[in-house]
Amino acid sequence: MAIEISEKTIKHEFIEKINQLSAQDISMCFQCGTCGGACPMSARMATLPRKIMRMLQLGMEERILELETGWECASCHACTVNCPRGIDLARVMEAVRLLVLRKNINKIEPSRLPAAAVRELPQIALVSGFRKLTS
Amino acid sequence: MKVSYYPGCTLKTKAKHLEDSALASLAALGVDVRELPRWNCCGAVHSLADDDLIHHVAPVRDLVRAMDEGSDRLVTLCSMCYNSLARANLLMRNDEVKRKTINDFMTEENDYHGEVEVEHLITFLRDTLGWDNLRAKLKAPLTGMKIASYYGCTLVRPKDVAIEPASGRVINEFVEALGARAVDFGASTVCCGSYQVLAHPDSVTEVVGRIIQSATDAGADALILSCPLCEYNLVKNQEELLQKQKIARRLPVFYFSQLLAMALGLGPESYRPDMNDAASVEFLKSKNFPVGSTAIRP
Ligand code: SF4
Ligand code: SF4
Repeated sequence: MAIEISEKTIKHEFIEKINQLSAQDISMCFQCGTCGGACPMSARMATLPRKIMRMLQLGMEERILELETGWECASCHACTVNCPRGIDLARVMEAVRLLVLRKNINKIEPSRLPAAAVRELPQIALVSGFRKLTS
Repeated sequence: MKVSYYPGCTLKTKAKHLEDSALASLAALGVDVRELPRWNCCGAVHSLADDDLIHHVAPVRDLVRAMDEGSDRLVTLCSMCYNSLARANLLMRNDEVKRKTINDFMTEENDYHGEVEVEHLITFLRDTLGWDNLRAKLKAPLTGMKIASYYGCTLVRPKDVAIEPASGRVINEFVEALGARAVDFGASTVCCGSYQVLAHPDSVTEVVGRIIQSATDAGADALILSCPLCEYNLVKNQEELLQKQKIARRLPVFYFSQLLAMALGLGPESYRPDMNDAASVEFLKSKNFPVGSTAIRP
């Protein structure tokens, strides 16, 4: 699919918001892909973290917020400790999630989790999952 | 030195075998740690957004309570609690502006500046007791066992809260102090998928398969860890992985403190095999460790 990228399509405000929320400078990324190589969830990711970084640099707001990557992230910080540019990508992923969650949109619905799973899961699974995936 | 102990929510129910075995071991070792008389959930994860301070209040409150008890140290067992408490502590130490906002918000608590040291039980044991002293107190050293130490993420990342940044082998040293052989394996710090068990369980199963197979390939008889969420993911997925032939065999999984209690010669009421899965209980039987009542967990 052809993607039009021009000065008109780049959402500068969006880039600024991501930089502020994450306290990172996404322009620092030089697209080496080390993050995806270190990412434990990348085996099943359709869009790898490196690509998210490029799309962020190009201010592709709508496309990014539709992607699953941020929701697949486990906040393990493997990308963070390996990025040669010192970018804390785990924070960038959190910023991407929050731009959706702060519109009161939940990624998972706690009330729809199977009762058996809720009984069985350790509390920290529920607390951390709700913190990361619900508004 | 006064030491407070922070258990966290999961250790009072689903991970009782982590708490019971650790506390019984500490008592046997003559190490005095007191549970905080009042504590709340640490929040399990550290907030990563720069404008989100409210979620730091929960762990900071626990740190204030330890300070109010007159403790220099707050010892934890659960890796996620360790991580969220240690990171909140660093934030309160290093970020003057955020510290002031959080202190101003907590009107009922004393101001906090990072006075308390957050420590994981493993490094606490090494530093207060020492591996040689521990060795001297063993009644049933785990000779001949080959143990893979699974660190996961929260004990080692980010770097500023890593329990032992220098060698990254402190749990391996603990294993060796118990008389067992520490098995190095490539996936020891690969994340188990964590809370993605709620949203992307297939991704969790996939990565758990890699972790288990990596430890098995390295020759491990069993794997130890200190996080109840890792424990859940690593145990829960093995049957499916075995059926799909993604792993060669089931790998027994224990909390590090269970092995400690066993090596100290304590009984099953201390190391609580009744809370382990069947494969892990079978392993204990094969090594002639009493298992008490039969396992109930599939
Ligand atoms: S590792 Fe860092 S520099 Fe490399 S692609 Fe990922 S974010 Fe960019
Ligand atoms: S923090 Fe998220 S994106 Fe980074 S390596 Fe871990 S799972 Fe992947």
